[in-house]
Amino acid sequence: MISVEEIRKLASLARIKLTKDEEEKLSKDMGNILAYIEQIQEVSATVEESEKPLLRNVMRDDAEPHQAGIHTEALLAEAPKREENYVKVKKIL
Amino acid sequence: MVWPAQTGDPRTLKFIFNHETIIPLMIDLKNLTIKKAHEHLVKGDFSALELANAYKAEAVKRNPEINAYLEIFSDIDEQAKAADDRIKAGKADMLTGIPFAIKDIILIKGRIASGASKILENYRATYDATVIKKLKDAGVVFLGRTNMDEFAMGGSNENSAFGPVKNPHDTSRVPGGSSGGSAAAVAMDATLAALGTDTGGSIREPASFCGVVGLKPTYGAVSRFGVMAMTSSLDQVGPLAKTVEDAEIIFNTIKGRDPMDSTSFEMNETRPEKKVIGVPFDILKEGIDKDVLENFNASLEVYKKQGYTIKDIDLPMMKYSLAVYYVIVPAEVSSNTARYDGVKYGLHVDGKDLPDDYLSTRAQGFGPEVRRRIMLGTYVLSQGYYDAYYSKALKVKKLITADFNKAFQEVDAIMMPVSPTPAFKIGEKTADPISMYLADIFTVPANLAGIPAISVPSGTVNRDGKALPVGLQIIAPAFAEQVLFDLGKKFEQSRL
Repeated sequence: MISVEEIRKLASLARIKLTKDEEEKLSKDMGNILAYIEQIQEVSATVEESEKPLLRNVMRDDAEPHQAGIHTEALLAEAPKREENYVKVKKIL
Repeated sequence: MVWPAQTGDPRTLKFIFNHETIIPLMIDLKNLTIKKAHEHLVKGDFSALELANAYKAEAVKRNPEINAYLEIFSDIDEQAKAADDRIKAGKADMLTGIPFAIKDIILIKGRIASGASKILENYRATYDATVIKKLKDAGVVFLGRTNMDEFAMGGSNENSAFGPVKNPHDTSRVPGGSSGGSAAAVAMDATLAALGTDTGGSIREPASFCGVVGLKPTYGAVSRFGVMAMTSSLDQVGPLAKTVEDAEIIFNTIKGRDPMDSTSFEMNETRPEKKVIGVPFDILKEGIDKDVLENFNASLEVYKKQGYTIKDIDLPMMKYSLAVYYVIVPAEVSSNTARYDGVKYGLHVDGKDLPDDYLSTRAQGFGPEVRRRIMLGTYVLSQGYYDAYYSKALKVKKLITADFNKAFQEVDAIMMPVSPTPAFKIGEKTADPISMYLADIFTVPANLAGIPAISVPSGTVNRDGKALPVGLQIIAPAFAEQVLFDLGKKFEQSRL
C-alpha cells in the first residue's frame, strides 16, 4: 500500500488532479504493482558497463535553419489560446 | 442472380448486364494479398479506386459493431485516383494503390491524430511521420485511422477514450492491444494492411488474437519521427498484414536510417543458417493455457518435419521481464506525457491559475491507465527510488538482452507463444491491472532485448463454440528480420 498522503504528493508532482475515489483506488493498485516489481531487487548480478552501444544519441550541427515563420501559422492553429504570434497562457509570476 | 464473390480470380468477376449496367466489381478481398493486388492493379483487372472502395464498403459495414476505425477518411477517392494515374503512367511501386489503415498514434499531416485520448481529440497533425512520408512516396491509399489503447497503454484496447474495439472473431472478446483497431481492421477485410506500434507486444498480441501477421522490428530499424512517444527506449513501428510476405514488403518500405530519429539505424544482419530453433521450455511449464500450449507444440512439429532441430534453451532472466517493463514504461511515460499541458496544442481546461490549468487539463484529458502509469513513473523516478527502480531495471534489461544474445549463438531463432491465452472476454481483466500486465509475458522480452519478433497465425482454439485465432511467435537477433520472414513463410506454406 502507498498512503493516500503519498498519492496526493505524487499527483501534485505529476500535475494531475485526482478525485477522492481515485486516490484510494490508486493507493491500492500502486501498492500491488510496486509489490510485483519489487522482485527485480532479487537480481544481484552486476552488469559490466559495455563498450559503446550500437544505438546512441547523435547530435547534429545547429545549421541551415528553415526560413523564419513558415510553420508559425500551422503550429499556432493548434494552440488553445493565442495572441498574434504567441501562445497565450495565464500569468506565471 | 448469385454473386460470384468467393471465386479465386477477380478477372472473372468483371461482367456487364445485358441492359448495359456495369455491375459493381466484386473483389475477392478474403484471398487478396499485397502482391496479388499489385498484379491485378498493374494488369488493370481492377483500379485502385475500386479496390479502395471495396475495403471502404467493408469498413463502413462492420465498423459500427467492431469500432476498429476512429475515422474513415473522406478523401479516399482522391488518393486512389492519384494512385491510378501513377499506375497508368507505368510508375507503380509494389504498394501503389494498396489500402492502409494507420494506428491513431502516427501523424499524417493535416489529419486528426488523437492517440485515442481525449487530450488530443481534436489535434490536427502539422507534419508527416517519416513512415507516413515513405508510404505516401510509395503511393498507398490511407483509408482511415484506427482505434487503440490510449497512447498505446494497454493490451486489450479497453483503454481507448473512444470505446473498446471488439474482436471480429467473437465480439464478446477483446482484439488485443494496443494496436487492436489495426489488427481488427485487417482481420475483417476492412483494409489490406495496417501500421501499428509495439512497446511490449502491441502489434504481436492483437495480431495473434485477430489471426493476422504482426511484426515488431528491431529497435531502431524503423524511424519513430512523428509517432507519439510512449516508452522511447522500447517503442517500434511495424506492419499488421495478411501474410508474412506482405509484412516483409511493408517493412522494407518503412525501414531505414532517418536523420530525424537519432536512434534509427540501417543494418542487415545475415547469419549462416544452423537449422536449429530454440525454445525456453522451462518458461512454458506453467501459466499457459493448455490448448495454446498444444497449438504451440504442433507448430514446432512443422519445423521438425522440415529438418529443424528444436533445442531447449535457458533464458534465466526472462522471468524478470514484466517487472523490469513495468518500471521502465511508467518512468518514460511520466516524462513523455509531460508535454500534454493544454498550452501548445490539444485539450485545454481552464483552471484558476496556470498550475491549475495543467492539473485540470490533465485530469480531464487522460484516462485512468495513463494516469496510473504517470503516477507510477513519478514514484519510481523520485528522489531516493531512482536507483532501486529505474537504474536497477536498466541493469536487469541488459542481463535479459545478454541471455538472448547467448542463446542466439546456438540457434537461428527462438520460438514461443505470443500470448499465454487466446483473446479474453471484454471486462475480464480490467479490475486488476496486474492480471492485464501478465498477458504480455511472452511479448515483452523481445522489446527489452531490442530484437525483432513476428506473430504468425498458427490455427485456432475453441472457446464457447467459437474458433479463436492463436499466433506463433518467432524471435530473431537484432536486424535479422530476414530470418523471421524466411521461417514465417515456411510455416505458412506448411499450412496451405
